[in-house]
Amino acid sequence: MAAEMRLPAVHKFISLPTTSQSQDDKQLVVPGEVITSDTGFMRGHGTYMDEDRLTASVAGEVERVNKLICVKPLKTRFNGEVGDVIVGRVTEVQQKRWKVESNSRLDSVLLLSSVNLPGGELRRRSAEDELAMRDYLQEGDLISAEVQSIFSDGALSLHTRSLKYGKLGQGVLVQVSPSLVKRQKTHFHNLLCGASIILGNNGYVWLYPTPDQQDEEAGGYFTSLEPVSLSDREVISRLRNCLLALSAHKVLLYDTSVLYCYESSLSHQIKDILKPEVMEEIVLETRQRLIEHEC
Amino acid sequence: MAGLELLSDQGYRLDGRKAPELRKVQARMSVFAQADGSAYLEQGNTKALAVVYGPHETRGSRSKSLHDRAVINCQYSMATFSTAERKRRPHGDRKSSEMSLHLKQTFEAAVLTQLYPRSQIDIYVKILQADGGNYSACVNAATLALVDAGIPMRDYVCACTAGFVEETPLADLCHVEESGGGTSLSLALLPRSGNIALLQMDARLHQDHLDTLIEAAMTACKGLSKVLDSVVRQHLKEVSVLTRD
Repeated sequence: MAAEMRLPAVHKFISLPTTSQSQDDKQLVVPGEVITSDTGFMRGHGTYMDEDRLTASVAGEVERVNKLICVKPLKTRFNGEVGDVIVGRVTEVQQKRWKVESNSRLDSVLLLSSVNLPGGELRRRSAEDELAMRDYLQEGDLISAEVQSIFSDGALSLHTRSLKYGKLGQGVLVQVSPSLVKRQKTHFHNLLCGASIILGNNGYVWLYPTPDQQDEEAGGYFTSLEPVSLSDREVISRLRNCLLALSAHKVLLYDTSVLYCYESSLSHQIKDILKPEVMEEIVLETRQRLIEHEC
Repeated sequence: MAGLELLSDQGYRLDGRKAPELRKVQARMSVFAQADGSAYLEQGNTKALAVVYGPHETRGSRSKSLHDRAVINCQYSMATFSTAERKRRPHGDRKSSEMSLHLKQTFEAAVLTQLYPRSQIDIYVKILQADGGNYSACVNAATLALVDAGIPMRDYVCACTAGFVEETPLADLCHVEESGGGTSLSLALLPRSGNIALLQMDARLHQDHLDTLIEAAMTACKGLSKVLDSVVRQHLKEVSVLTRD
């Protein structure tokens, strides 16, 4: 078998010429830099008070909302908000709760009382349910869920009280930076190319074959083990490589950008998408189409 | 001094630098995709790689986690090929655990750990090539990696070594100067406030000279902070152009 080898090359970022105009109105700061010594402002995230001077604690751009000053870093862990859709992995089964790793500062909590158990929504949770928790979700399982509330220490409390959410079956997980996922009305998309995608706000993206019909009774805890057809798997792998290309070039991820990238990658073989030069070409085309789409 | 003349009569050092001059510093941020933050730094021929994971849930024993702030976990290691003599370096020998402890103390002074209760921040640094000033290269690389990871810090932490030869303080010692048996002082500084995060000196020095030596090291750290600052700003500029809405 022939293997292709290449030497490391400097990673080149590509940007379109039209993007430079919005550069001027952005204030970029680094840790320790004084943003203002005016005491009339309020201290937001990414800042601290150093003897009455408002100082940045992270590197990023300054955001001002009236009197509030925040600094938004380019890259961080996921900061959850109520209503966010996340994809996460169960790391621990505890008394009446699951611990879920969700790319957040602390592991998230999924309480037994905030999941839909099979057999009706309004069922009392008995001691048997507590013992059978591992039958529903065990360590290593991937789930999709929504943020229900945030604890005082910053940990997230999740719920899966909708048929959209629940255990994830066959598919591919792609991990990207949470800041690349665009907030939208819905994060579940059935893409036209024949696969479905869950764009978790926490940067975990789940690609899976579009299901034929929703199983109502299982309450999201039934996983299909039917073999996935080759064509579906090809679509999913192509999408995966496209997502990696988009995230390498820091393009915001949402249904349109993913679909455009998929379409512009069709002239290449799936494995070639990961080559830097092909990646560059595809992403450039995608960016171009996105700009045209906006106009 | 046996044989080697560390400072010539004309005031030049072995590698042709003047006494207060730094070695060439080159650095890059975000070298790994998987880690939360990473950086690569060359300080002359000393090369260091730093990777940051976190803040995340404390792994391992739960008793380690603190209810009011984050735990910083540092690990220092040297590559087998990093020195002139190839040598297997078992994990956790005395020298590297001491270095890990120093790094931990340094960054606890700079990172705003109280923002992340019950979490843990992992900092892993590896020396790929050792040519003196390993500690300072590690601190500088780890600072860049922490900035890349978006972890809140009071300021950059810049570290530099300084030595004292023939009544003259030398900044940023290389391996030959360091192993010559003279005094070597490592200093980690928060440059804007001028607070010292760590100060370490192994050899003897007359008390009268200490102030000038610390002064020289601080000047060197401030020079380094300018270099790190330009690296961070360059990186910010490149990436923020792409991620605009």
